[in-house]
Amino acid sequence: MTPFSEHLVDRFRDTFPDDVIEVVEFRGDYTFIVKKERILEILQFLKDEPDYDFDLLADVTCVDYLKLGGTPRFHVVYQLKSIAKKHRLGVKAPVSESDCTIDSVESLWATANWLEREVYDLYGIVFNHHSDLRRILMPDGYEGHPLRKDYPLEGRGERDDLEVLQRIANQLPDDILMVETESVKRGKENPDGADVI
Amino acid sequence: MAKATQPLPVHQEPDLHTETMILNYGPSHPSTHGTIHLELELDGETVIRCRPHIGYLHSGFEKLGEHLTYNQWIPLSDRMNYLSPLANNIGFAVAVEKLLDIEITPRAQAVRVILAELSRIADHLVCTGMQAVDIGAFTAFLYGFGDREKIYNIFELVTGTRLTTGFTRVGGMMRDVPDDFIPAVKDFLETFPETWKQIDGLLTRNKIWVERTQGIGVLSAEDALDAGFTGPNLRASGVPYDIRADEPYCGYENYDFEIPIGEYGDVYDRWRVRMEEMVQSCHIIRQIIDKGLPAGPINADVPKVVLPDKSELFSKMESLIHQFKLIMPGHGFEMPKGEVYSATESPNGELGFYLVSDGSNMAYRLRVRPPSFVHLSGLPRMLEGHMISDIVAILGSINIIAGELDR
Repeated sequence: MTPFSEHLVDRFRDTFPDDVIEVVEFRGDYTFIVKKERILEILQFLKDEPDYDFDLLADVTCVDYLKLGGTPRFHVVYQLKSIAKKHRLGVKAPVSESDCTIDSVESLWATANWLEREVYDLYGIVFNHHSDLRRILMPDGYEGHPLRKDYPLEGRGERDDLEVLQRIANQLPDDILMVETESVKRGKENPDGADVI
Repeated sequence: MAKATQPLPVHQEPDLHTETMILNYGPSHPSTHGTIHLELELDGETVIRCRPHIGYLHSGFEKLGEHLTYNQWIPLSDRMNYLSPLANNIGFAVAVEKLLDIEITPRAQAVRVILAELSRIADHLVCTGMQAVDIGAFTAFLYGFGDREKIYNIFELVTGTRLTTGFTRVGGMMRDVPDDFIPAVKDFLETFPETWKQIDGLLTRNKIWVERTQGIGVLSAEDALDAGFTGPNLRASGVPYDIRADEPYCGYENYDFEIPIGEYGDVYDRWRVRMEEMVQSCHIIRQIIDKGLPAGPINADVPKVVLPDKSELFSKMESLIHQFKLIMPGHGFEMPKGEVYSATESPNGELGFYLVSDGSNMAYRLRVRPPSFVHLSGLPRMLEGHMISDIVAILGSINIIAGELDR
């Protein structure tokens, strides 16, 4: 794997001086933490600029930093891959709980459609200008967003509003019950009957 | 009071009334290979719109990953993929090892590569076979399943189970491979090319097969990249992207193999690419067998992370304490703080794991990037404009695994 080179990091900083919050390097991979307001322009730049050439959006996901005391609470994470240049890059955009929205990047990569729907479904982050923002894994009408850190592993989310099916016996008219009694009576005479009722 | 009568309309030749029809395909349909629901809008027999609905098998594996230690989650990784469970075990172990920054031993690397390639063959045999069954050719599938059975016997020999393998551990494997592992793999390599030839002879130049698959579900290279396709489905569109070659893991850089690519990106090309990949997988395994499995321990020498050898467990006090310290609730190994994204080439495409560690023994966030999820999202653009009978061909060719799709 060709590592993402230093000068590309510097060039990115120069191009978006006001939007880069931090550049993290860990285990040889770079992650750009950027402001969410211009995420579309930033990803457009990374996709179209020949030196970066990130033609594949590998993944869109989210992390809820509630328990780590993160402010803002959410980070939307984009994993980019360049097939020609053979390098990878992570891009993270913090999203606060009070303004839980970010621009959709569906116009750049069609694959973002479903990946963003999943983030919306499981984290409740609203993607502006998304063509079809519906729940994807959880059923329609489900309340809450299960991958948020304040959503418990078990105990909530069990559905108790389902209509309970009644047993048919309770609704049977009396004459049917009488037929049953008759058949029991016949059983009395049956020689195979082990015990007589 | 009578209503005022409307004047009768002047008699006209009635227009033929046409309207589109909604057809629900699935969620329980024999050729959806899992519970997937396609809402199709049809004009006669032509699909004009397709809306997939998923989530029927959602099991919350990612949420569970935040409440289980890393080694405890490995059995869940194979439950996501019921065609090639070992590939998922390996993908997850590679991701955790990247986060820990530890190297596994050459022997573990070689064993992982053999098992990964065997599961690739098993996965492709099911995919190519089921694709043929869906279209109506049953024989190729049965020939393929004979050899898939051999692979599953090898898995049973090595891991103890056929499906829910859970065989990798962070820093190595659950245990070393038995002595009859290599002879069994050799035996498979001897018989498999014959089966491959039979399947190839039955279908590759078969006129019915060619007419049912060529030009169906075409996806250009640009469209495939736009839709986020990876693996054989992307390579069939002509993009030579293979993580084994691009970002080698488990020592793939030591082996010589080719990346088969297609030209047109239709169902036939996707089938053909999978067939050729099986040949390459055999080629990789043969290189390891010819050199012989590297000697030495199967597990890395990182006592803080790797479980002690089972044979020492009942005879050495230190090993027993060590085992308990790693296994007991509230214990386990310490993880460095950080976030990694690690991708491996699973039989279906890029299987990515995004791990966020807060330093505890459990992942703070465990994200699976499933190839099937992305592939299904690209289904409508392949399907629209085709006939109903082509749905099974196209759906079979992208090899959807519903466990991985819904997680």
